[in-house]
Amino acid sequence: MLEHKLITKYIGKIDPLSIASYMTFHGYKMLRKALRLGGEKIIEQIEIAQLRGRGGAGFPMVIKLKSVAAQTNRPKYLICNADEGEPGNFKDRYLLENNPHQIIEGMIITAFATGVEKGFVYLRGEYEQAYNILSRALEDAYKKGFLGQDILKKGFSFDLEIRRGAGSYVCGEEFALIESIEGKAGRTRVKPPFPTTVGAFNKPTLINNVETFATIPSIIEIGGKAFATIGTESSRGTKLISLSGNIRRKGVYEVPFGVSLRDIIKTLGGGVEKGRKIKMVQLSGACGPIIPEYMLDLIMDFERFEIFESKTGAGAIIVIDDRYDMFEILLRIGEFFAHESCGKCTPCREGNLQLNKLLEKFHKYKASEHDLTLLETLARMIHQTSLCGLGQTSATAIISTLHYFRHEYINRIEKSVTMEDSRHA
Amino acid sequence: MELDQLLKQYPPEQTYLLEILSKYQTSKPTQHLTEAELKSIAEYLSIPESHIYAVVAFYSFYSLVPRGKYIIQVCRDVPCHVAATFDVVRTLETLLQIPMGATTKDNIFTLEYTSCLGACDGSPAIRINQTIHTHVTPERLKQLLDECRGDHHA
Repeated sequence: MLEHKLITKYIGKIDPLSIASYMTFHGYKMLRKALRLGGEKIIEQIEIAQLRGRGGAGFPMVIKLKSVAAQTNRPKYLICNADEGEPGNFKDRYLLENNPHQIIEGMIITAFATGVEKGFVYLRGEYEQAYNILSRALEDAYKKGFLGQDILKKGFSFDLEIRRGAGSYVCGEEFALIESIEGKAGRTRVKPPFPTTVGAFNKPTLINNVETFATIPSIIEIGGKAFATIGTESSRGTKLISLSGNIRRKGVYEVPFGVSLRDIIKTLGGGVEKGRKIKMVQLSGACGPIIPEYMLDLIMDFERFEIFESKTGAGAIIVIDDRYDMFEILLRIGEFFAHESCGKCTPCREGNLQLNKLLEKFHKYKASEHDLTLLETLARMIHQTSLCGLGQTSATAIISTLHYFRHEYINRIEKSVTMEDSRHA
Repeated sequence: MELDQLLKQYPPEQTYLLEILSKYQTSKPTQHLTEAELKSIAEYLSIPESHIYAVVAFYSFYSLVPRGKYIIQVCRDVPCHVAATFDVVRTLETLLQIPMGATTKDNIFTLEYTSCLGACDGSPAIRINQTIHTHVTPERLKQLLDECRGDHHA
């Protein structure tokens, strides 16, 4: 079977507005179990599970856990990154709106394991419905004694509140997010130090994605060993996929790592409309590579995705059919990054504007070979020299198309020459 | 809501700045923040006005100019763009008789672009104030505008 419902298995059965409904399906039982296990054993299970972050970078969670657990500087903070702004991603919204308690339970278990007393959910401002559902869930969790002082009479206290963004994509980047929580413009900081040592309010801070926290109760339930049998060597467990674009069945699907993109698109998504062909598929979102149809046998896996010199991304797959001009798509992506760049570092702030000027030339059949060289050099420079993940991945779409769709660039230059000649004729 | 009343709901700490700005701006029919209001917030939180101005300028939710009572935001990113069977922006521009970025003369509507709304499974998606509307069609857009007008005159 293609789908493997581990963290989404109760979605559709649970009433997200009812904590009683969640508890009918073993909700908060994993918290009780975790409290019995103790912090060290919880971290050990997550280590055995080889859990990697689900927000895009795929960083091994246990490294952060151990680092924060060892910190003695108090208070320590825990942040759930729910600033899901990457175009084509909506799986966190799906989790927040359909099973909020599972995320809260994961956060409480993690806070207990690392000795954290205060947590935030940084939720993007656009997610009003998720905000209402999550607010209700927090209220109920407090009433039941799963949050607050002396949780389940085990002498452990943890407070959790929601902070909302205000329409800024870069705030999904960990330091930009921290700045935003501190009431500042969302501009990243130079690393190191990393948030695990100097994070929110200059205190040790553990930041993970919604899906990562939602996975924790499942690991406690089935054990790290069983979890690690799912997926591939480099990528254990399951991944939520956000499938969108020119596809029949758009939506969120949970699959084990190792499933091919073709299977996801054809079998789960039902393929493209009749009479259309897949021209391009963008992985991860605006920050990800654009690949041609013949590469769709690639499997979902952290290691395999390294060929794109980019991060795995949070599991978005955007299908684009043969009606669309590649340069129109690239320009749209370019405009997104130029708009969302925080402006702190020069390569990203100025570079993306210049990239768009070059893309515009290709789009309007006014490009030369020199423009191609410039575009390639500038794209690489932005990738290599930007301060944070936004800038570093802003040119991925261009870099990947220069590789897989080079003929489109060459064609455009040739046609530009022909059109220029006819303009003078 | 009066600003003074709203401020009292929050501890006077900078970390609540975005919450205060968002909540207050949303409560105003003009959907914008004035210099005098920023000054009051700065005083309450004991932070420089320049800091608040920098924050307001940074986040796309905030506006220093008055806007319509209903802010219509159209997603301009790839998933919505490729899945739309009609031009959402042109349709709204025609229905509202204003260009993108403008406010209607009666100050009821402002038309804006937005980055991805995270509703790509329901593309094309738009947002009217706090509510996201998915799978919009030209007919649905007309209906939504009529509903807003109805609420406004009610």
